[in-house]
Amino acid sequence: MSQKKYTIINTPVHNIDGIAKVTGRATYAFDVTLPGMLYGKILRSPHPHARIISIDTSKAEQFPGVRGVATGKDTLGIKQGIWRRYEELCDEQILPLEKVRYIGEPVAAVAAVTEEIAEKALDLIDVEYEVLPAVYEPLEAIKKEAPTIHEGVERNINVTRHIEWGDVDEAFEEADYIREDWFKCSGQHHMCMETRCAVSSFTPEGKLTVYTGTQSAYYHQGLLAGVLGLREGDVRVIAPYTGGGFGGKFELDAAQFCSAVLSMKLYKPVKIVFTREEDFIASKRRTPMFYYVRTGVKKDGTFCARESRMFSNGGAYTGMGATALYLTGFFHSFPYKWKGYRYDGYRVYTNTMPSTSMRGFGAPQGMFCSETQIDWICADLGLDPYEVRRKNGHTPGYEVPGQAFIGSCGLEECINEIEKWAKAKGKLPANRGIGISACGFMTGGIFNWFDTPYSFSSAVVTINVDGTVELYVGCQDIGQGSNTTMAIIAAETLGVKIEDIKVHSGDTDHCPADLGAWGSRQTLMTGNAVKMACEDAKKQLLEFAYAEMGINIVYDLDIKDRWVHIVARPERGMKYEDLVKKALRGKDGQRIMGRGYYTPHRKGMISPAYSYMMQAVDAEIDPETGKIKIHEVMTAHDCGQPINPLGLVGQLEGAASMALGYAYLEDMPFEDGKLMNPNLVDYKVIRSTEMPPSPSIEVDTYEQEGPYGAKEAGEGLTNPTAAALDNAVFHALGLQIKELPITPERIRKALAEKKAQEAQK
Amino acid sequence: MEKQVLRFKVNGDEYEIFIHPKTLLVEAIRDHLGLTGTKRGCDTVSCGACTVMVNGFSVKSCSVLAIQCQGMEITTVEGLEKNGKLSPVQKAFLDNGAFQCGFCTPGMLISSTTFINELNGKVPSDMEIREGIEGNVCRCTGYNSIVRAIDAVAQGKYKEE
Repeated sequence: MSQKKYTIINTPVHNIDGIAKVTGRATYAFDVTLPGMLYGKILRSPHPHARIISIDTSKAEQFPGVRGVATGKDTLGIKQGIWRRYEELCDEQILPLEKVRYIGEPVAAVAAVTEEIAEKALDLIDVEYEVLPAVYEPLEAIKKEAPTIHEGVERNINVTRHIEWGDVDEAFEEADYIREDWFKCSGQHHMCMETRCAVSSFTPEGKLTVYTGTQSAYYHQGLLAGVLGLREGDVRVIAPYTGGGFGGKFELDAAQFCSAVLSMKLYKPVKIVFTREEDFIASKRRTPMFYYVRTGVKKDGTFCARESRMFSNGGAYTGMGATALYLTGFFHSFPYKWKGYRYDGYRVYTNTMPSTSMRGFGAPQGMFCSETQIDWICADLGLDPYEVRRKNGHTPGYEVPGQAFIGSCGLEECINEIEKWAKAKGKLPANRGIGISACGFMTGGIFNWFDTPYSFSSAVVTINVDGTVELYVGCQDIGQGSNTTMAIIAAETLGVKIEDIKVHSGDTDHCPADLGAWGSRQTLMTGNAVKMACEDAKKQLLEFAYAEMGINIVYDLDIKDRWVHIVARPERGMKYEDLVKKALRGKDGQRIMGRGYYTPHRKGMISPAYSYMMQAVDAEIDPETGKIKIHEVMTAHDCGQPINPLGLVGQLEGAASMALGYAYLEDMPFEDGKLMNPNLVDYKVIRSTEMPPSPSIEVDTYEQEGPYGAKEAGEGLTNPTAAALDNAVFHALGLQIKELPITPERIRKALAEKKAQEAQK
Repeated sequence: MEKQVLRFKVNGDEYEIFIHPKTLLVEAIRDHLGLTGTKRGCDTVSCGACTVMVNGFSVKSCSVLAIQCQGMEITTVEGLEKNGKLSPVQKAFLDNGAFQCGFCTPGMLISSTTFINELNGKVPSDMEIREGIEGNVCRCTGYNSIVRAIDAVAQGKYKEE
């Protein structure tokens, strides 16, 4: 329940970067040109697994217009990774010295006066390889006889994760019915509209400036400093507008690293932009996963136990994959109460492009397997899928044993809303079905694998003489609207107008460190830091107001809409801008400055708060062709107190489109380690004509942990859609498809198998 | 091949540039004129981020040579606003939150504006609007907010200032 009446929060607010974005004024790293800038290109491995015998760059270096070439020998040879607390998980040398482990891995980089010359010079680099046997699938790579991808890593097992609570075996004993299934979840490309891109400039003072699209300027500052042997403070990362992220832009990438290495060698700015093909083959992807799921339930639908094993295709390096391995296993249990739960995850190295985080962070895969199997169990036992979800779903105050404490939870209301919506549709025509899926997600991962000594989020606010406000934050706006969210929280807290707030973000020289845009963390963590900073500044202002207004100290003072007033008698007060001027004089000219931070403590293993939702997909399948037409995607959603309804709707619709793509269109087929569709002709993303209406309703909750009661929105809704569509196919045609994406071929194959089975009977 | 002179009008201004004949229109606009509002998102004429108006028609500027635009009139995203006043489509995009990262937005705005212009006052169906922007990929919004924005303009809810 909303506990307060707000002035700005929960009213639709224009994105504060909107004018820049609709007029072409917004500049991205892709648009940056510096004086004397060179253009870089990257030579990539044609082999999935090979030893580098030698690299001869002499011909390329002599090519007219070429200014320099870099190989692994020009680097410190440091193995890097974003899990920098754990040395064994820092396993990637961008520009490797000894071996290449996937097709597309960088082996050399050229800087030249034009991009065209740099590209031509790549052909003049001679690399001698000793080709090694390669392995592409985790269930092959884990075998004893499989080739070793990283020395000393047995059976290519990169990381393992075990999650368990309750007495699982005993809980299975109590079950009346046990079902087992194997699932295969595909990869997915982030397909950011702005490909990987960086402009690096190293100057004789020993300072490096890097303009790049990023989800965390601070991570990139730290990663670059570590791998280049510079002090963190000597590396400045400037993130201008970023053309999409979706989980793919917070590891160090080759555009950033190679441009920095070349710039340090040449003392010139160097720009590297990935082509769309390079972006597809060498910028990582959503982690493909094989899931074995065994679930035990009572006759009445009460969940007893679940035991799952998961093997993920980690590709060549660790990156963010270790986190996805944990989160997929945790959210595979979501949003239900299990008496016993056991998950064993194995992340396996293969000779394919590395896998990493992507919107949902492992949860879409885990929930696809869970939510489809639940519907099949309901059908096996003749149970109502809404009732079963209600019966077993999380409730406010529930504790996931040893893992998480659930504060606010609107799951039941979400289920009720979707049930009402679906039943109002009445009986559907043949070959058409409604599938449902419940889900939940974290509001800010509390993980610190980066081992930052800074707080997770910080904010600094200073107030100018005219009352305008400078807000400095390290959170990263990648299009999701975090700058606007922070401006709203600041304006609400200080009692000023949104146009009074100037948000400064995306520059490590001027903004406080913040872990950035991942794990749905910024609204809660940076939002709390901003609220704290503004409360700090406001308290200082109000001290002067008490003195100036000469009122009883037990009276409450507040500021709203730039009016400083007594709460009980709002007409008695003074103008905010007059108070600011007086406060400046009263402080000997020192500006009012507020500071805030957020570091999670005692928030469980995962997150301080959890969003909940239920989604339904109404789909029609042509049984001849297997083609799917999606009529509508409906969502009931609990994100606590919405901050900006306009931004919220955008996030939910965007999540629905990306998740639908994952469910039935987007796929990354490999042949002998080579990606077969590295372009936008063959890689199918949802287009305007395929996107169905995707309405949503918010249920009313208030989250104590979030600023003004807010929780996650926009990432979690990537989780339910694949399952909801698969369940729609199940209810329309009786097919149990256990492999993503749900393509026409798979539907036709499943239909043929079903017919053959029926004929046998 | 010798470089050649290209004379054309971009956003109402006359330009004369000396270019290699194989220079693409998007390269001329971004690299020669410095109008970086227009983006590039692919190498296969698939994404529409580079869409500009050539003599009133939507054109993916990575698919034509600049020299083919001799004497023609080009409008890029920078040419949509007039004297600091946003065009109806720009205003509708703001009101409907029809962009997020903003990288597809310049091309999307041009396709939307051309679509509206070609309607000549006719009110389009939902699917007609969707077909009008089918050549433009947006990875963030899921398109529905863009469709609402175009619909609002087509319904006459925004007036040219």
